[in-house]
Amino acid sequence: MSRRRDNYENSRWMKFKRWVDGETDPLAGRMEARAYEDKKASHSSNHGRERLEDLEADTEEVLKRLPIFANGYDSVVDKGLMAFRRMYKVMSVLLCAGIIAVLLWTVSYLPVFGDAKNPDNNEVSARYIEKGLQETGAVNIVTGMILDYRAFDTFGESCVLFIASCCVLVLLRIDDASKDEHVQMRKKEAEYDRLYEPKNDIILQKCACILVPIIMIFGIYIVLNGHLSPGGGFSGGAVLGSGLILYLNAFGFQKTGRFFTQKVYQRVTLSALTFYCLAKSYSFFTGANHLKSGIPLGTPGAILSSGLILPLNICVGLVVACTMYVFYTLFRKGGMK
Amino acid sequence: MELFKIILLVSLIVCAVSVAFTKDLLTSIIIFMSYSLIMCVIWVLLQSPDLAITEAAVGAGVTSILFFVTLKKIRAIRREEQDE
Repeated sequence: MSRRRDNYENSRWMKFKRWVDGETDPLAGRMEARAYEDKKASHSSNHGRERLEDLEADTEEVLKRLPIFANGYDSVVDKGLMAFRRMYKVMSVLLCAGIIAVLLWTVSYLPVFGDAKNPDNNEVSARYIEKGLQETGAVNIVTGMILDYRAFDTFGESCVLFIASCCVLVLLRIDDASKDEHVQMRKKEAEYDRLYEPKNDIILQKCACILVPIIMIFGIYIVLNGHLSPGGGFSGGAVLGSGLILYLNAFGFQKTGRFFTQKVYQRVTLSALTFYCLAKSYSFFTGANHLKSGIPLGTPGAILSSGLILPLNICVGLVVACTMYVFYTLFRKGGMK
Repeated sequence: MELFKIILLVSLIVCAVSVAFTKDLLTSIIIFMSYSLIMCVIWVLLQSPDLAITEAAVGAGVTSILFFVTLKKIRAIRREEQDE
């Protein structure tokens, strides 16, 4: 059994918490600058003017109690303080210049850009370039590297994106069932979100009508041709996501809500990540030496070639596109409806 | 081509410095977008089109849009007309 603390109100943590909450002003000692109950009341009621007067009275009292402000604001122009401020500026400039000098000095020791004798031109990149096409079947050697030789790194990256969107979901999502005052206020605000914007802007809609299909097709092309031409899951997914955001901006949440809800997001992201994990986690058992997936590599250059790279590209693309779109909806409205 | 590269790099530095020195947040985001676009062209010149596509979509597109939405949420963008 732990000892019960009697003096919890005056504990160091509570003092710190009160200071963070802005209940006591550290400059004015123990005087209460703003009563907590007052602050709460002002949210719900309309005593704006009274509150302002209260605040002014508070401020005057604080000023009286502080020795620096004893003769009004002007006495702050103290010689020591002025010298400190000037020194502060000089020191910040000197510090910046010093850091810049050190960094430039370090850069001057770096090897020349594009030199054949650079240390990064070792046997690893030579192997990738010479045997990459033969081993992975991907014409675009960059995709061959990131989705075959180093597929597990890419898995980690897509997981990072997923976790980032989960964090944004936790922070910004508006819970409909919540009774909290603050959440209700945000919900009301989100409902009036489009009130101040040009509703059904004809120019934006006509542009979106032409642009969105092109952007979508371009995004799908980048994802599907990741192993043949520049691009791949991440860039294609980003293009798809920005196309979705443009569509949402032009036509509103009612149109996108028909095909993209939270359930869709959950299912798509989860199944894509699970497929990726299942397809690549065999390297845990084989010690990452075994690269063959059992699927024939096919002829290089054909769209159905290079084994697992195409499905993995699609997975990464789906995760990235969903994440981008969900980021936007959560920032904008706190939900996907 | 060399001249074009020099122009791009100089405007990159100008953009990067002016982002920090602009008072208006909206302007600095738009300058940040143009920084991404210039960077995208430089990626193409450095023969890495993969990065160029990603930079154009993420740097100039999604990031700036998220910045705009955040600025609007914290009411840093002034509304021209409140009533209507």
